[in-house]
Amino acid sequence: MKLYEYMAKEIFRKHGIPVPEGYVIENPEEIKPVHGEVVLKSQVLVGGRGKAGGIKFASSTEEARKIASELLGMDIKGYKVKKLLIEPKIEIQKEYYLSFIVDRSSREAMLIASAEGGVEIESVPDEKLFKRTINPLIGIQPNVIRALSYKLGLNKEQMKDITKIVYGLWSVFTQEDADLAEINPLVLTPDGFMAADAKLIINDDSLFRHADMEKVEEEYTPLERKARERGIAFVQLDGNIGVIANGAGLTMATLDVLSLHGGKAGTFLDLGGTDDPEKVKQAFEIIGEAPIDVVFLNIFGGITKCDTVAKGVVDAIKEKPLKVPIVARIKGVNEEEGKEILRKEGIGAFSTLEDAVKEAVKLAGGA
Amino acid sequence: MAILVDKNTKVLVQGITGHQGRYHTMAMKEFGTNVVAGVTPGKGGQKVEGVPVFNTVQEAVNETGANTSIVFVPAPFTMDAVLESIDAGIKLVVTITEHVPVHDAMKMISYAKMKGSRIIGPNCPGLASPGKAKVGILPNLIFKEGNVGVVSRSGTLTYEIVNSLTEAGIGQSTTVGIGGDPVIGSNFIEILDLFEKDPETEKIVMVGEIGGTAEEEAAEFIKEHVSKPVYAYIAGRTAPPGKRMGHAGAIVTRGRGTAESKIRALESAGVKVARIPTEIADMIKRD
Repeated sequence: MKLYEYMAKEIFRKHGIPVPEGYVIENPEEIKPVHGEVVLKSQVLVGGRGKAGGIKFASSTEEARKIASELLGMDIKGYKVKKLLIEPKIEIQKEYYLSFIVDRSSREAMLIASAEGGVEIESVPDEKLFKRTINPLIGIQPNVIRALSYKLGLNKEQMKDITKIVYGLWSVFTQEDADLAEINPLVLTPDGFMAADAKLIINDDSLFRHADMEKVEEEYTPLERKARERGIAFVQLDGNIGVIANGAGLTMATLDVLSLHGGKAGTFLDLGGTDDPEKVKQAFEIIGEAPIDVVFLNIFGGITKCDTVAKGVVDAIKEKPLKVPIVARIKGVNEEEGKEILRKEGIGAFSTLEDAVKEAVKLAGGA
Repeated sequence: MAILVDKNTKVLVQGITGHQGRYHTMAMKEFGTNVVAGVTPGKGGQKVEGVPVFNTVQEAVNETGANTSIVFVPAPFTMDAVLESIDAGIKLVVTITEHVPVHDAMKMISYAKMKGSRIIGPNCPGLASPGKAKVGILPNLIFKEGNVGVVSRSGTLTYEIVNSLTEAGIGQSTTVGIGGDPVIGSNFIEILDLFEKDPETEKIVMVGEIGGTAEEEAAEFIKEHVSKPVYAYIAGRTAPPGKRMGHAGAIVTRGRGTAESKIRALESAGVKVARIPTEIADMIKRD
């Protein structure tokens, strides 16, 4: 779960990382009297908002209100701005980068730092990055921070100051179960280091440990949200063939084979390892609402039995008939029984993926 | 020989009294696996499918000599269960449970390394050596004894590919489902290394998917260290960027983890990459 900047900063502050004293508004009237200069930052879950015009400065209350009314409701890369974070403008001497991520390759945490902050970290050449894997059972040790400080060219005072921040960010990363905890830029001000921006992604599988954390709804289509609420892995795509399969890998492979034959998937729906008729029914309900011309069902029966899935499908469409034809590819345990059950209802059922795909592409209007 | 599990494997089932644990204890026994013990705290003294249940892993190990564990314990308690097995001296811990918190996964994998144990998973279907033993939830009927080693990040897609091998008369030495999470105990490289060293394995099938760079790293390893022929299939060629395709690990972000990059890396390492899953069987037959 990706958090908004203002939420991430709140958490950073709790873990001892200095952040600007700001407040959040949802309409321009909430702007407090401006003394000096303020920055108005659009709260969206997408990067590059500065370039997109989502961050503006103001030096009077009136100007701040005017800019706020322009920013609120604005569209940034498909995301609507609903909230602004208002902060005093900070005096920046230099920008740095600091983050902890889950590193798939080492299966440990990774600390990344650079003296080139404020830009996309992917664009910084490797030799300008400080990278060190951190063992999850050992955590951050002083030698790592020393090495980081030398690499970044920090003086003694700055080294002392950044130590606090590295420990603070490690504490955010581990205690909040983050996939990513990032400060970009970490800015050097006359008063020391400060997190000018904050990015925090909480591991979805760990949310049960953070029940009190405010939930952030990702941008889903209404249908994706509905599927999510029912615990179904579902992604809406832009083709016209509604794909249902069991298992994520098999569902992906199904999309690939369709495309190889000139078809285009309109949905990715993974039934998972279940043949639970209730789940099958819900899956067909979801797919029935998707804008597609044909449903393509690909089942490999292993633990799941083909005939049980077939029965579930028949029950589902009897209760709520589909407006589009179904093509099924059924393979594995009890496949003959499964195909028979579907054929009785006039559903085309095949054993090989390619035969079934060709039929589905034909019904969907060809390549 | 096969790898990791064979006739000497003595399996302990953690979470044996749950629905999944019970069902798969039966299925593993039907496969011919020597399931010697189950553990569910508070249920010691019971029997499930004729298998004695203990309160702690240590007790189960002492009484039965179990050397491999399979974990069906719910995600919030998975790390604790895995650590209990490692501390009791279990050398192979197969973690079926999905949705394990990623920081728990990192910790238990790190601890296993320290103690000389190996974790498969989490979020994996386990592994099977036909004619010897199965420690997992893979369907029994798809396998046939033989000389092809299979390693995969996927579940059902693996069953599909193994089944097509079996139908083409191609048997398997061991099939290992390493799991679909971003952080897993055993990766492609470690399993490829075991297959390379296993005299019974002659050819290797690798099933990858989009997300991360595990396939690219495996390709580098194959180039340097694998002499046996490798065949691969990569799922997710048509997956749009930024969308998580079911598995937590299957997501293309900022141009990283695309199927094209993986296929290119594998092909340049001399791996034959199939365009559709069932094509692997045809490719092996032709060679």
